[in-house]
Amino acid sequence: MSETATLKVWRGRDKVDGRYETHEVPFEPGQSVLDGLRWIRVHKDPTLAIRYSCINANACKECMMELDGKTVYACTARLEPRAMTIEPLSNKKLVRDLVTEIAPPAERFAIKDK
Amino acid sequence: MSTEPMRVETDVLVIGSGAAGMYAAIEVARAGPRVLLVDRSLIGRGGATVMAQMTVAVALGDEAPDHWSHHYQDTLTAGRGLCNEALARLLTEHGPDCIREMEDWGVGWARKDGKITSAFAPGHDRPRCVYVDFLNTGPAVSKTLRSALYRFKEVCRAGDLCVVDLLKSDGEVTGAVAWHMGSGAPVVISAKATIVATGGLTRLYRRNSASANMGGDGYALSLRAGAPLIDMEFVQFFPIGHLAPRLIGMDPIMWDPFRYKLGGKLLNNRGEEFTQAYGVPEDGKYVITRDVGTYAILKEVEAGRGSPHGGAFLSFQHVPEAKLREAFGPVIDRLAANGIDLTKMPIEVAPIAHYHMGGVQADVRMETEVPGLIVAGEAVGGANGANRLSGNAITEALVFGRQAGRTAAERAKIMQAPSPADARATLDLLRGEVRRDAPNTAEMIQSLQAIMADDVGPLRNEAGLKRALTRIGELDAMLGERPFDKGEPFDLTRLDWLDLRTMLCVARAVTQAALNRTESRGAHQREDFPGMLPEWHVNQTIRLNDGRIDISQTKAAVEMAAQ
Repeated sequence: MSETATLKVWRGRDKVDGRYETHEVPFEPGQSVLDGLRWIRVHKDPTLAIRYSCINANACKECMMELDGKTVYACTARLEPRAMTIEPLSNKKLVRDLVTEIAPPAERFAIKDK
Repeated sequence: MSTEPMRVETDVLVIGSGAAGMYAAIEVARAGPRVLLVDRSLIGRGGATVMAQMTVAVALGDEAPDHWSHHYQDTLTAGRGLCNEALARLLTEHGPDCIREMEDWGVGWARKDGKITSAFAPGHDRPRCVYVDFLNTGPAVSKTLRSALYRFKEVCRAGDLCVVDLLKSDGEVTGAVAWHMGSGAPVVISAKATIVATGGLTRLYRRNSASANMGGDGYALSLRAGAPLIDMEFVQFFPIGHLAPRLIGMDPIMWDPFRYKLGGKLLNNRGEEFTQAYGVPEDGKYVITRDVGTYAILKEVEAGRGSPHGGAFLSFQHVPEAKLREAFGPVIDRLAANGIDLTKMPIEVAPIAHYHMGGVQADVRMETEVPGLIVAGEAVGGANGANRLSGNAITEALVFGRQAGRTAAERAKIMQAPSPADARATLDLLRGEVRRDAPNTAEMIQSLQAIMADDVGPLRNEAGLKRALTRIGELDAMLGERPFDKGEPFDLTRLDWLDLRTMLCVARAVTQAALNRTESRGAHQREDFPGMLPEWHVNQTIRLNDGRIDISQTKAAVEMAAQ
């Protein structure tokens, strides 16, 4: 019997009005949490919002989120064959699902029209 | 969801914030005009620059004598006769200047006895590659430019802005329409000059070494705006991308610096070195160029001599542990955390999509055929011909970025603010549509990556290329005319849809150009047409006519006869 990781993922656009979704993800040693989240998008639900660029190199530093309450890079946190709770950063403004506003203010698009 | 577009006006729009885009933005700002620097990811974080491990090729001549003309010759030789010589000259001649300017901005090139030191890389006639750190040169370059940008108040920076189409009025590019991922709103940008610095197309392939946002955006944007592409069949594969065992938190091209420093041995499953059978005896040194290395590994696999996961073994077992630790101390510990002990085991490596030699056709001012459309960095085609020399990518990003910035600034100074372009078609596209049978867009991207890896990889043949074109057509039909999400903030199915629109267009350009070229040269190897042919000493140019890809051929530079 192949092992699975059980990912309990926070979804929503408003921090006080979200929900958790649970996905069983096939587990292989050497995978990252980001690999598990990308698997969910391809095989279960492409609408899951995650922020990442470099996939595996830990160079872009974009995939910050909370794993079991601790801030991690999803690309360097190991996927494990157990229940894992994944939430957006609690100290940043939420954009959607696991995506938060992490850019410095000077590098954001100013939403307000002139 | 907001459908009312926001409108922004600037002098110069720069799309993409890798080294090329950031250098371009700085150069424009120094000349005076206002700049809007946008990126679909965060500023200075996505793209390829931040992924570069070590080498930056430049004839600096600090440590030992060198001259740009030697670097130029090596670039042309590596390009197998197809380099645009003017662009290759610009890259090599102006490289030293940009490298020194980066030093002024505090990048901190590695020094030995007070002088900037250079490493030897395959294909160069002498040590010519400067670096900051063995695994972190790219991040250092990126960070330096990102910090330098803070000094110019004329530069507005905006991440999470994904450019969907360029806008034209009276035959000139006058801005773009973007989708703001943070709010889900469309944004119409008006500019006197637009610089496309979006990098390459490695995301088209299953295994690749660049960021998830390198899906060929600039190629599709330019093609749809009427600018031709060149040399699209030449996709560089990096021969020794990490394959197994799986490891996390490391860049798959990490073995390059290991080979620069320690040599290492490429072995087949019999434990034998094999590169000599392909004309390049290595003898413990790292000398094999990327095209030959890729070919040799794939041919060994084909002959049944590959490693268990379908690559080759790379071994450092002959290197004493003390030497390994001296060279890569902390990295050895990171490898240990992944269960890898280089003194006891080889690792498996295999070719991985790494860089695109082709791109938008441009002159030495970085201007395209379409007025107002300027390109920079890897988005530019032609400088590296059929095969890029190690270390030329960052140099190209810096030099071409600076040049693009100068050209754009000159244009912005003499142009009036453009009349508003007609953005209706793109805004209408972004309204999307409701679809009941909506396919999984993330799965479609994975399918396309499989098609490209299996049939349009380093080794090609007619049957495979034709099969790829058919399957690309099927995905095109599945994609439909408009995105089918609700356009909410950070809706990745919308981003996937826009990416598929781009990636399918670019995949078709690569595949058709590859099908056309009935010979083997550099990174383009046809199993049904082995060997380089004099009649194919030509560059192929691609244009989009009514959604159809047209290919024409022009003779390549005369001086460098194919050999």
